[in-house]
Amino acid sequence: MTNFDSFLTMGGYAAYVWPAYGAAVVILAAIWFDTERRRRAVERALAAGYESREDDA
Amino acid sequence: MHRFANPGRFLRLATRIQPWLKGLTALGFALGLYLALWGSPPDYQQGETVRIMYIHVPAAWMALLAYLILGLASASALIWRHPLADIAAEAISPVGAAFTLLALITGSLWGKPMWGTYWVWDARLTSFLLLFFLYLGHMALLGAFDDRGRGRRSAAVLALVGLINLPIIKFSVDWWNTLHQPASIVRMNGPSIDPSMLWPLFTLAATFHLFLLAVLIERMRTLLLEARLRNQRLAAFDQLQPGSRA
Repeated sequence: MTNFDSFLTMGGYAAYVWPAYGAAVVILAAIWFDTERRRRAVERALAAGYESREDDA
Repeated sequence: MHRFANPGRFLRLATRIQPWLKGLTALGFALGLYLALWGSPPDYQQGETVRIMYIHVPAAWMALLAYLILGLASASALIWRHPLADIAAEAISPVGAAFTLLALITGSLWGKPMWGTYWVWDARLTSFLLLFFLYLGHMALLGAFDDRGRGRRSAAVLALVGLINLPIIKFSVDWWNTLHQPASIVRMNGPSIDPSMLWPLFTLAATFHLFLLAVLIERMRTLLLEARLRNQRLAAFDQLQPGSRA
């Protein structure tokens, strides 16, 4: 268990190491989800456009 | 390369390789984080803070690579009017900004315990902060004009001027006195760090490359679809009101 403790405390540097990895997760997740959200939005809008044109016909 | 310059072909190719790219990226993150946080030893001088390097260095590399892509895309947009070049430039700059921010944050979190300060106005850190502002400026210029083409051209010019900053960043640690350490991986005599630390570094660096590529392709795909949507709406508008658009 001491092994896991030293993993969590990072040899006394937990206050620097964990926020660095936290920043990586937050920033990379943010850019990823922003990318996915925009793609889904435009795909939905395109699909809706096709439907309404079929309605016209 | 010109075979892929056709947007329709790009879209089909992107749709086919994207699931593989995303799967590999996820695997890379799992393996890389395991090696970086658990499967590698602490440094004999820096202790556990060396683990910040596994994020900081790949993030900084991606920040520079993204700017190189931005510069090349801007050049081919201005010179050859390449159909995908504007799209690539617009797609990459938020990603580059994100990696630059990550490199700046992780750098200052590493600087505090090792240098005793979060920030110092030396050449490396200042030129890297400038890189962040170049990305923000590029994004701002893209949206600053009603005429989309004018926005893209001004943004491309800014991106090209900003290319000067890349060699300044790279060589800043050799040209000026700084707290930042000199290059220890990409250097003449080979890497100067232990293999047990190179593995997590290279795994995460490779994964960051895959991530960058996957996000770049996804954003380019989105921008192409958005252009298609705009054209459809204009066409529909013209059908409703013939001759209303000069």
